[in-house]
Amino acid sequence: MFWRVSIGIAAAQLAHRRRQTIVSTLGVALGVGFFVATSALMSGSEKDMVQRLVDNAPHITVKDEFRTAAPQPVFIVYPEAAVSLTSTKPREYLRGIKNHGAKIEELSRQTGVIAEAALTGTAIVRYAAKDVSAGIAGIDPEKERFLTTIEDDMQTGSLMRLKTASQGIVIGQGMAIRLGLGMDDLATVVSPEGIVRRMKVVGIFRTGNLLLDEGQVYMLLKDAQVLLNKPFVANRIRIKIADPDMAEEVAAELESRWGYRTESWQEVNRDFLGLFVIRNIITYSIVGAIMAVAAFGIFNIISTVVMEKRRDIAILMSMGFRASDIQWVFLVQGVFVGVIGMVLGWLLGLILLQMLGTVEIKVPGLMDTQKLPLEKGIFQFGVGGLFALVSAIAAAWIPARKASQVRPVDIIRGAT
Amino acid sequence: MTGAPIVELKGVTRVLQDAVPVTLVQDIDLVINRGEFVSITGASGSGKSSLLYLLGLLDLPTRGHVLIEGEDTAGFTPDHLADIRLAKLGFVFQFHFLLPEFTVLENVTLPMLRLGRLGEKEIHDRGMSLLADFQIADQANKRPDQLSGGQRQRVAVARALANDPPLVLADEPTGNLDMRNSEIVQAIFAELSAKQGRTVIAVTHDKDFADSAPRNVHLVDGRIERDIRR
Repeated sequence: MFWRVSIGIAAAQLAHRRRQTIVSTLGVALGVGFFVATSALMSGSEKDMVQRLVDNAPHITVKDEFRTAAPQPVFIVYPEAAVSLTSTKPREYLRGIKNHGAKIEELSRQTGVIAEAALTGTAIVRYAAKDVSAGIAGIDPEKERFLTTIEDDMQTGSLMRLKTASQGIVIGQGMAIRLGLGMDDLATVVSPEGIVRRMKVVGIFRTGNLLLDEGQVYMLLKDAQVLLNKPFVANRIRIKIADPDMAEEVAAELESRWGYRTESWQEVNRDFLGLFVIRNIITYSIVGAIMAVAAFGIFNIISTVVMEKRRDIAILMSMGFRASDIQWVFLVQGVFVGVIGMVLGWLLGLILLQMLGTVEIKVPGLMDTQKLPLEKGIFQFGVGGLFALVSAIAAAWIPARKASQVRPVDIIRGAT
Repeated sequence: MTGAPIVELKGVTRVLQDAVPVTLVQDIDLVINRGEFVSITGASGSGKSSLLYLLGLLDLPTRGHVLIEGEDTAGFTPDHLADIRLAKLGFVFQFHFLLPEFTVLENVTLPMLRLGRLGEKEIHDRGMSLLADFQIADQANKRPDQLSGGQRQRVAVARALANDPPLVLADEPTGNLDMRNSEIVQAIFAELSAKQGRTVIAVTHDKDFADSAPRNVHLVDGRIERDIRR
């Protein structure tokens, strides 16, 4: 029953100084509300961007390269010897992934896995006396549309038309504009091998990524093999797996089995993912600062109350209240402010999310407007609430402790 | 109940540790028996309030022992001392020290709620009957600041009696009151001792009040100079 007395006194004191209580509660509410909103926006946009990263490109790419050069035989034979070799040259061989057909077949047997052999290289696209250098990707349209979002980005034509058209190419809109190329026009493609072919534009895409839009050309794998003079060669295996989060592990396993450099989407975008970490640190420190200010508000108010209530504390103690009872009185006030602030903050967060949800942004270069990506999860509310409670209790703890250390005699002696 | 004195001081000295140590009371030996009404007098600074705080376990002696009902309180934890104050002691100060956020009745019932010995209904009834004893039952739901000085002091006395303590300690209870109220409060203390059998110890500089007590302890410079029983 006695704890109810402490709570009763706490409630009475809070009610007595209604305005300050409301102000400090609102401080906490603002902190929680903005935490919920900004963290929903931040993690929403992070998810959105990661989703794009995952969808725009294959999860895993096997390349016909090796991470480390093969050791020279002399080092293998005499591992202990002091051997020095200079001016060694990499072995010349026809680049490409050995036996890629069997590897594709093996990968494709697993459920949820799409594997495609591709040949990449460079060429020059020439039209009306203008040249643009381009990256060539010889692909399988049937699989490519699952591996990347390129098919969704088609402005006109289709990736699938590569299969029906003879010697078709799909180019980006940027390149089309620079060269003045239109659908069904015949462009000249010149490879470094000196092979020149006339190819028909069967599709124009726009991804919003300038590099791709101005410099990427898709064609059938066999056309690329002819153009680059690498018959039957594929130098990339592009893989999509069921769970993108597993890409790093799968890539590591494939690399250790086949020896080829195998990159997961995480590895390719490591710098980008690193940015998210920095962004999160910035977000959480700003929101943390809001909460700290709110906590200082609570600390300030409860400290003031403790100072003003020294007489009441003294009389309660002389009446027989224990130091811990007194501490509870003030701790409860902090908890109360924290809990009410948390609930109000949740409401504020919901309102902010509603408002943010109606905001439409126009990405430059894209016709259609986009809604802000928001992540409305229990996590934001949970962490925001926890943050509020912990800071409120911590802010109340210090003055509450101080209150419990009041020596009644000092106060009463001073008053009489 | 034991036959031991309700409160006893043995060789009690209290020194205030300051830049220059101040001796508040020195070598006090005092026995107060159950049911006594004792007034403590002395010039200001003679240590009479300090003596009261020691008797009421609000302050701890630098040397010597304070015995409550024959039990030495030396070494008791602060919580234990608080519990004794709650159940056995009632304080009345010069200033009423009522909690401004609570009504008169709530102020009186607070110690009972803390003790938790009675049910809610009984606590309410006892609070009302205490207020009735002092003719302030009609003020029960007012806030302390809506009462007159004399009424407030009566509420403070009612609160001191909330847990039916055998020992009531008062520090200048009439110090802030006019003649008429002073007489009322004085009469209340006399009655607490004479009719209710409580032990009352009151510090006062009011000669009338001091003389109304059957026993008077007079302090000079922190020592007992006279201890008279009439």
